[in-house]
This record gives sequence, C-alpha cells and structure tokens, in this order.
Amino acid sequence: MNKKVVNFTVNGEPHEVLVETNTLLLHVLRDELGLTGTKYSCGTGQCGSCTVLVNGEPILSCIFLAVAAEGADIVTIEGLSAPDGTLESVQEAFLDFGAIQCGFCTPGLVLMAKDLLNKNPNPSETEIREHIKGNLCRCTGYVSIVRAIKSCSK
Amino acid sequence: MEGMDYLRPRNLRDAFNAIEKTKGLIKFIAGGTNVIPDIRAETLSPKLIVDLSVLKSLYYIKETNRTISIGALTTISEIVKSDVIRRVAPILSSAAHQLGNTLTRNRATLGGNLADASPAADMAPPLLALEALIHTKCGQESGRKISLDKFFLGPNKTVLAKDEIITKITFLKPKESAHGSYIKLGLRDSMAISIVSLAVMLQVENNVCQKARIALGAVAPTPVRSYRVEKELEGREMSIKNIHEIAVLIEKEISPISDIRASAEYRKYETSVLLKRAIQQALERGKK
Repeated sequence: MNKKVVNFTVNGEPHEVLVETNTLLLHVLRDELGLTGTKYSCGTGQCGSCTVLVNGEPILSCIFLAVAAEGADIVTIEGLSAPDGTLESVQEAFLDFGAIQCGFCTPGLVLMAKDLLNKNPNPSETEIREHIKGNLCRCTGYVSIVRAIKSCSK
Repeated sequence: MEGMDYLRPRNLRDAFNAIEKTKGLIKFIAGGTNVIPDIRAETLSPKLIVDLSVLKSLYYIKETNRTISIGALTTISEIVKSDVIRRVAPILSSAAHQLGNTLTRNRATLGGNLADASPAADMAPPLLALEALIHTKCGQESGRKISLDKFFLGPNKTVLAKDEIITKITFLKPKESAHGSYIKLGLRDSMAISIVSLAVMLQVENNVCQKARIALGAVAPTPVRSYRVEKELEGREMSIKNIHEIAVLIEKEISPISDIRASAEYRKYETSVLLKRAIQQALERGKK
C-alpha cells in the first residue's frame, strides 16, 4: 500500500497527515482529525451528507481522495460557527424553523445554504430547492428547511 | 485499491513521463465523480491514478468569431454559469444544468463526462448535435482531432489510447437561424441517469428545415446521431403532420435495452414522443 504525506488547512488550522492513496477525505476529517460533523452515509456521492467546502466550493468528501486535498483550504460544519460558539445566521434559522429532526443531513444542508446565500443573497424558493437537490433528508420533507433558508434572504 | 499509486502532475510532460514507466491499468481522474465510486465498488482497480485536476491550462471557455473552445477540465458548474455558452449553445447549458446535482457539478468535468463514455453521458447529445470535435494529446506526440460521432465505441469505451487524454472540445458556433432543444427524461428531477435524452439543432427558413442534427443518449450502446431522421427532416416543411410522421422513424434507429430504470419498449416509445416535443420546442425558439 502506498502512503503519502498531505498538507492542508481545515477551518483555518494547518494539518499534516499520513494517508494511504485510497483514503477518502471524509475519513481523514472524521477519523484522523475527529471532526465528526461531516457524515458518512451513502458513500457514493449521492446523498450530500458528506458535504464540505474545498477552496470555497462545496464538494462531496466521500468521493474525494485525501491526497487530492494537498494545499487545499477546507471548511467543515465545525468551521461555520464562531470560535466562541456563536452560531451563523443560517444555523439559527434552521433551529428557529424546526428544520432539524435527526440532524444527519443538517451539516451538509447548512453548508449548501450558506453557499447559496453567498452567491445569491435573495434566492427564490425554486432557486433554494434547486441548490439543495444534492442533499437528501429523510425526516423533514424539506419544507421547514426551505423556509429556514428563505428567512435568511435579504 | 491495493497498492494504488497516485500522481498529480503539474504539467502534461510529467504526466506522460510517469505513464510511460507504468505497467498495469492507469486511470486518469479529474473530478472523480465516476472514477472514485467505480474504484470503491471494485469495478475498477487501477495501478496508477493520474490526477489531472491541477492542469490549470485546461480550464477555459473561449469564444472566437466562429468557434467555441472548452478546456477538457472545465467543470460542469462552470459551463452552467457561462454566459457565453448560454448565449451561443443553450442546449449545452441545459444539459449541464441537468447533470447530477449542484455538488457533483462542482467537480465533474466536460472531458471526464465524455471519456467515461456512459451511453447516457449527459453532455454527449448536445455536443453531437453541435458536431463537436475532441482534441487529444497522446504521450509526447501531438495528439489528434476526433469528431465526436466517431469517438464512442461502446458502453464506457472510446477510441482513446491508454496514454491519451482529451485536452479540449470545440465546435462551430451555430448560425443565427439555428435553434435547438435538449430534453432529459429521468426517474427523478436530479441525480438521475437518463432513461432517454435527446438534443436537436434545427436550421429553418420559411418553415422549411434546411439543416437538422439529432442526437440521443441512453438508447443505444453509445450516444448516437440519427442520420436517417436528419435527412428526412431536411428539405421538408415543418408542419405538425410532417413532424409526427418523421419522428416515429426514430424508433428504428435506436436499440435501447431494458434495465432497472426502464424497459426497452418504454424507451423506444418515449424517444419518438420526446423527439416531436424537442423539434417543436426548437421551432418555437426559432419564431421568437
């Protein structure tokens, strides 16, 4: 098996890890760095629960090799709230609108919501639904999620 | 993935040097949205993965007076966002928009979608209808230009050699009088492998079709053009009656299979229904 040293930052902190070439970024984040906010669900890039930001863009970490993260800036859900624990407005909205039930899809959805609002501060409901199509939720039926995101639009 | 090696070359020369020295299966990877799931499912066991994703020179969308040129590593997200593509080739925009979902589109690339060569490859039908050319680089030699309709050999098989990569995809800008339509039928609205997909480009004057290009996905071992239906349309008046008569001929041009998503009979039927719809949409756009 081939091992490689990989350097990247996660939530602003630099990390150096030794990984197998076939290790996925998701597992490094969860198992090596203990950042378990990002979830492992389908493992095939279809459910979105493994969403993280790499160089500002949301991607699926369960189909992203750790070795491909060399030099990257990664943000996980843990990196969204302030160091003192103050929640982002999107996170508050999810709480206010009851958009969380089991919570498993939530990290991915919150990151996608933040991504949308950064790019389009006033999205329509259609645009919201379009943007979160890659994140599955088995609990809420999405209505409360869409309302929460809509409440954050300017 | 036992003993898999990984290389992320900064330029093509380094890539080709590494490939020359490797025996065993080499897999190029860009976004990895098909390659990684395949490796995890163990339908693919490469000895070496060559990650092309930092070859910045292959990310671009360029417009000249006559042509559009898209670097092979341009992500599908970039194509969705491109005003140039939306203006010049809206059927390509439309297909990009319906590929996977927001997350996969951020990583999936145009070159990767074509090189993976699924019979249902989303970007293939519009590029076939636009008569696109694939440009490649092969080892230390210069490479070649391949017309997209000669590129696919079978499911997940192309004419690319083991050490050959796509560098760019080009097509001539359609004439002002040409309009098209792209329709994808899937079992759901997003993250769906097509049951039938089709792209149509029509050039019509005084309601007579001057030039037609019809391309289909998911209804044959590869994405295909329908030369016969194109010839039937050319020179004919675009009346509802004629369109209906000609659209039905498509059923003889395709060879869909029955699989977990749909039966062959359903695919055949839907293809002619959607072809009528696509022709009508293209004509509507021409009238605006």
